[in-house]
Amino acid sequence: MDVRLTAEQRQLRDAAAGLADDLGPGSVLDLDDAERTGRLEKAVGATGWRALRSDGASGVEVALVVEEFGRRLVDVPLLGPVLADDLAPGISSATVAVDGRARDTRGMRRALSVEGDRVMSAEIGPLVPGTDLTRHAAELRGTPEQIGTLSDEAAVRWRALAVVATSADLLGTARGAHTLARDYARIREQYGRTIGSYQAVAHLLAEALALVEGSVSVLRHAAWAVDELPPAEALRAARIAKLYCARAARTVCETAVQVHGGTGNTWECLAHVHLRRALTSTDLFPVRLEEIDRGLS
Amino acid sequence: MDFRDSPEEAAFRDRLRAWLTEHADAFPTAGDAYWARQGEWHRALHAAGFFGLSWPAQYGGHDLPPVYDVILDEELARAGAPARPSLGYLVQGLGRHGGEELRSRFLPGMIDGTERWCQGFSEPGAGSDLASLTTTATRDGDTYVVHGHKIWTSYSDVADWCLLLARTDPAAPRHKGISAFIVAMAQPGVEQKPLKMMSGVSREFGQVFLDGATVPADQMVGAPGEGWALAMTVVGHEREPSTLGFTARYGKLVRELVDHTPGDTLPPEVAWAVVETEMLRLHVRRRLSEQLDGVSHGPEGSLDKLLMTWTEQTVGHAALAVGGAGDPDLLHAYLYSRAQSVMGGTSQIQKNIIAARILGLGA
Ligand SMILES: Cc1cc2nc3c(=O)[nH]c(=O)nc-3n(C[C@H](O)[C@H](O)[C@H](O)COP(=O)(O)OP(=O)(O)OC[C@H]3O[C@@H](n4cnc5c(N)ncnc54)[C@H](O)[C@@H]3O)c2cc1C
Repeated sequence: MDVRLTAEQRQLRDAAAGLADDLGPGSVLDLDDAERTGRLEKAVGATGWRALRSDGASGVEVALVVEEFGRRLVDVPLLGPVLADDLAPGISSATVAVDGRARDTRGMRRALSVEGDRVMSAEIGPLVPGTDLTRHAAELRGTPEQIGTLSDEAAVRWRALAVVATSADLLGTARGAHTLARDYARIREQYGRTIGSYQAVAHLLAEALALVEGSVSVLRHAAWAVDELPPAEALRAARIAKLYCARAARTVCETAVQVHGGTGNTWECLAHVHLRRALTSTDLFPVRLEEIDRGLS
Repeated sequence: MDFRDSPEEAAFRDRLRAWLTEHADAFPTAGDAYWARQGEWHRALHAAGFFGLSWPAQYGGHDLPPVYDVILDEELARAGAPARPSLGYLVQGLGRHGGEELRSRFLPGMIDGTERWCQGFSEPGAGSDLASLTTTATRDGDTYVVHGHKIWTSYSDVADWCLLLARTDPAAPRHKGISAFIVAMAQPGVEQKPLKMMSGVSREFGQVFLDGATVPADQMVGAPGEGWALAMTVVGHEREPSTLGFTARYGKLVRELVDHTPGDTLPPEVAWAVVETEMLRLHVRRRLSEQLDGVSHGPEGSLDKLLMTWTEQTVGHAALAVGGAGDPDLLHAYLYSRAQSVMGGTSQIQKNIIAARILGLGA
């Protein structure tokens, strides 16, 4: 047993982190900067990461890139296209649809979904206003048409990948919110001292970091399991990871709001952009507590 | 001890309930729509005789025992009406520190809703550490001239008046050099800019820029240097659910969440919201009953504030559990609940106060 990342995996993570640091939104105002999103789109397109799966990447590698994009609130599609590419290898400009709605749609043309053993594709229609300020949802246009079939096993494995990918986004956005709050706690002063010097604030941030670390561990197993365990077991691992990461991300983002005080409750603070992204990823391929069965190790 | 209504209380409850069957649905209860018509709701509630219940009749109140506010909050929740306007802390601040002239000039309009108010305490650099505020008021003949920047000022967009803290004596120790004023918002030296909340609501609070605003010297509330004492009165009451009336909002939302849930068993989050809300309702009954003994307001308000915050945030999590990120109203209720651990003094500050002043654990 050795559950460390390989050298190649660390390199991939660093590359994704570098791109996200350079071109992700650094403020709420940046979200409306079309010039930045244009450059971001170009850079992401050039990496080929939307086709990670058809390039033979493992669930672990998908999770690493998605996490880094979540951390810096990358606001061009990745998660949706990666899942679409897993369903229809090599397909371009495609994302996924869930519950009759296309997700992660910016610049995408089609949305794929799974119905029983059939892979369906539909054109993407008008945007629907949503909670997430970094990833858009849209209506579907016309009736979806079948473009392929999936075995039961493949469908369950795909579901596991989807649950893992959304969990990775949760971990990333939580990590980003934590960094935002930690940085603020180091500079904001009240009563002549930085607020981070008060134990009440420091402990909130320490707890949040522990939640992030727990998320890393549970997610790493689930991401590995996508390709290495029988589909049912992979899905079980993914569900555990999703529940943990979702709960942790919510708490960490709430902590980030709290540490920012009054400012944290305003639109201009990035904390709620993280929180909104976390809530959206929680609802995408959701897992209910009732789905955790007794058959666990 | 008796948790039941007295005959007078029961009669009041009946009258209120009858009025609410006709008026409860007429007003929006949340979001910008609520803020847009909050003044109208205030005036309607007051005109019908249901606002300012425990305040002096000479200023437009009803001289009723404090427990009547519980009845009001319970019935508002039951009817699905908006909560009562929360300005009791300003009434208390002005009532306790203002002279009779200021009280009779300003309390009636504040209580009947014909004049709207905001509270200009916090500044960008002075939130938790309020005593570090840097807004100045300098005497010039019969007036004071005010310079400074206030932020997170609730209702600043509709306010006619601002209860403002400013430094009048820069040489005095920081808590001693602060005075309180009643400043007219409609004047050239005052500029108000809305702030958007993270929920997207843009009419809840704003920033107030004071650049040469003037205020007549006789609109100083209390003596020079009494500003800190007034601030402590105001924030003390701002921490009490009995003063704020927020239990009505929680009660209404919990009812909606329960109605949203099919079947007999509630999801655990909603069940917890029911339990917490009931705790808070009963806590307010106890606290208001204690006021019949003349129990005064002290650091216990910080305990009440924590209980209120936990209740609101438990209800917020229940809203999220029911609606997910996709139901705009429930999402809004959740996001709004996060502000409760900040406004009126953060939860961390409440715990500091409880530890130092109630538990004797101060440094
Ligand atoms: C919805 C809303 C409405 C408001 N309405 C008004 C209003 O009408 N009028 C008005 O004057 N103000 C209003 N406020 C402002 C509110 O009172 C302040 O935001 C609050 O006091 C916190 O100050 P701050 O935002 O500067 O945060 P900071 O004081 O900078 O706090 C940041 C973080 O540090 C923590 N912290 C700071 N000092 C300590 C310490 N000593 N020990 C432990 N932890 C500490 C805080 O708990 C918080 O988590 C409102 C705020 C909100 C969110």
